Amino acid sequence: MSETIKLRKGLNIKIKGSAKEELKTLSTPLTIALKPTDFLGLTPKLKVKADAIVKAGDALFYDKYHPEILFTSPVGGKVISINRGERRRILEVVIESDEKAGSVEFVKSNPDSLSGEEIKEQLLKSGLWPFIKKRPYGIIAVPDEKPISIYISTFDTAPLAPNYSFMLESELDTFQTGVNALAKLTDGKVKLGVNNSSVFSAVKNVEINTFAGPHPAGNVGIQIHHTAPLNKGDVVWTVNVQDVIFIGRLFETGKVDFTKIVALTGSEVENPQYFKTILGAPISTFIDGNLKTTDYKQRIISGNVLTGTKVEPGGFLGFYDSQISVIPEGDDYEFMGWALPGIDKFSASKTFLSKLFPKKEYVLNANLHGGERAFVLSGQYEKLVPMDILPVHLLKAILVNDIDKMEQLGIYEVIEEDFALCEYACTSKIKVQNILRNGINTMIKELG
Amino acid sequence: MAGRESLYSELHRIPLEINNYNEMKFIKNFFEKTEPLVQKGAKYHWLFSTHEGFFTLFFVQKDTAKSGSHIHDFIDLKRTMGMVVLALVPVILFGMYNVGFQHFKAIGELQSTGFFELFFYGLLKVIPVIAVSYIVGLGIEFIFAQKRGHGIHEGFLVSGILIPMVMPIETPLWMIAVATAFAVIIGKEVFGGTGMNIWNPALIARAFLFFAYPAQMSGNSVWVALKDGDKVIDAFSGATPMAEAAAGNTNFSIADAFFGFIPGSIGETSTLAILIGAVILIVTGIGSWKIMVSTVAGGAVMGIILNIFAANPYMELPFWHHLIIGGFAFGAVFMATDPVSAAQTETGKWIYGFLIGILAILIRVINPAYPEGMMLAILLMNTFAPLIDYYVVEANIKKRLKRVKTSA
Repeated sequence: MSETIKLRKGLNIKIKGSAKEELKTLSTPLTIALKPTDFLGLTPKLKVKADAIVKAGDALFYDKYHPEILFTSPVGGKVISINRGERRRILEVVIESDEKAGSVEFVKSNPDSLSGEEIKEQLLKSGLWPFIKKRPYGIIAVPDEKPISIYISTFDTAPLAPNYSFMLESELDTFQTGVNALAKLTDGKVKLGVNNSSVFSAVKNVEINTFAGPHPAGNVGIQIHHTAPLNKGDVVWTVNVQDVIFIGRLFETGKVDFTKIVALTGSEVENPQYFKTILGAPISTFIDGNLKTTDYKQRIISGNVLTGTKVEPGGFLGFYDSQISVIPEGDDYEFMGWALPGIDKFSASKTFLSKLFPKKEYVLNANLHGGERAFVLSGQYEKLVPMDILPVHLLKAILVNDIDKMEQLGIYEVIEEDFALCEYACTSKIKVQNILRNGINTMIKELG
Repeated sequence: MAGRESLYSELHRIPLEINNYNEMKFIKNFFEKTEPLVQKGAKYHWLFSTHEGFFTLFFVQKDTAKSGSHIHDFIDLKRTMGMVVLALVPVILFGMYNVGFQHFKAIGELQSTGFFELFFYGLLKVIPVIAVSYIVGLGIEFIFAQKRGHGIHEGFLVSGILIPMVMPIETPLWMIAVATAFAVIIGKEVFGGTGMNIWNPALIARAFLFFAYPAQMSGNSVWVALKDGDKVIDAFSGATPMAEAAAGNTNFSIADAFFGFIPGSIGETSTLAILIGAVILIVTGIGSWKIMVSTVAGGAVMGIILNIFAANPYMELPFWHHLIIGGFAFGAVFMATDPVSAAQTETGKWIYGFLIGILAILIRVINPAYPEGMMLAILLMNTFAPLIDYYVVEANIKKRLKRVKTSA
């Protein structure tokens, strides 16, 4: 095996509520939703109307600019509502599940006996294509682009992140099938990022790179940077580790099977643990009866606390998410909060007494803990981004809309999650992820 | 680990965190009730920034994350600036004591005067200077914040105390006021406020007085507080060790200079107090240790070079004495490290600090017109910091371009 790539920069946020390695299987929920808003930059076009009956694997909507990219229903049943927001933007397509509706039959075949084109077609038709994202930009891959290689990070270092080795150990064979299918889509290799003691080290037909270090070592962007950094014009694809299982199942069974494992985490959860459920499941199936009763507000996040999306208790799990985090909202004043010694205030800085207790885990809420300011401190972001990139200078280039500088300073190599820690730790409370996405959107618009 | 555990629970028994601020509710109620009155179009709209400034001083606001990261660090600019002020406390306290010490030494009554008498003499002398600096500076900041329609930014919390620290005690208060106003308006607000300035505002204040009123900022009569009619002892000169050294007399006590019992600007005399501040800044990570270390290294290197080519007694002064006398230590720890006006890149910080050290000693020794080189060295390097950063950023860009070429 290759040498371990050790990363020093970064930060593990000590937050309470990691999931116990216990798995509870939930029955198929009554309703399931697909949210077009989970896909950055997508202009969805509906394929179904309300009250239509669909099978699992039937397309619900497609990408206006790439009509071959379909988004399919995870379950069979009836489209009960299409929820829209401002300017009739589609927010949710909700399906009432009905096992009798059945599944669409796709080709059941060993990926080894199929060509890359056949695999691509199968993934597009079955609605599994959106699981493949591209770098630069972190958006859904363009089917006719040729990726140099395909990256899969098999571990997550984000706060309270689920342990994929635990979740997917029993499905390694299916994972292998998925990897074999992906391998046909690139002339290069499928590259697996693993940590120590990973069950994924046994996977074949891949290049394995071992990483050690604090968050964001598990981010696929960091792993790309340390194996074969992206240059202008390069395209690689990335797939989330659990989503590879969906691809494996498709070829093994000829049907879509979006059964997935989700970790319910956070200080507000009574018993943080893992749930076996299905993609697009309602949040209520996880949290009902599982949250602490409090006299303060709680915030439910689909995803992790750094990059996830805020959801309502009546909302649905995000398309790419394998984790739900629940933390206190923290929408309250704190008297002289900035001046107190801070025994219970975890901080990336060294200005709180909590620094004396590095092993403690803390309750962290969604309060900003201060007002937004101009960039004042320097060197803060650099400690948190284990890449040869100058984060502040890149962000400033974005703020002044200097496309040449953005390119020169490495915008192709990063997406929001890679800079999320900077936003967390920022003294000036600068909206780093927003700024970066604006920059990426500018690049997409200007350069395509 | 057991020790840590018990320390943790011990700390928890001390009611340091006011989680339940029922007693403080009336303050919150006051601010909440008056909030609508200062909004745009309301009767007291011109007090918006002032209201916001004091409200956020008393209470961390209830705003929560709307986009991006859901959690945010507990640190904010108030705490950051608070840490710098905390690091300055030893310097301030010793500065007050030394003002008294120098006064009573000059009139020959040192033996007969108690510790507290010395301290309170200095306290009463220094407090007005600090008050003038804060009132004038914050006043202007409040006006600019109001004009721009945003809250008060914290930068001046530190500048406001740094300004008195770099002034001779005998500087007239009106001069402090004028210099502060100049520093805040020309040094900072014209560039856009906190975070946007090119030069260190406190040094701008000092430089302004240095060039506009040189008689009050240098010489031998401004460093020791004396009123008309005070009878000074025969041996009294009032000169700082640096002035003595420039005049060729390098026989001052280096121990006195290290502990700070020498004439000089209010906060600059005690290297020991400054070192305590440096430790606080480095341990909390607020001040850049890279800048401090490289500045001292630069000063030492220049000192050694001068020692080698020594042509006069000042050049013969052992190089490490330079780090202790004058404003060198204070500048290295509290001025050069200002994150806004310093180099922003990590590599740049090494170069920036090193050149400050070199230039400070060079100006100090070679140019007789400017006994204190530190101020000018820092302002000069503030000017060049963006250029240093430019080359560091260019190097990063070139590395990326080279990667394309080698992979192609």
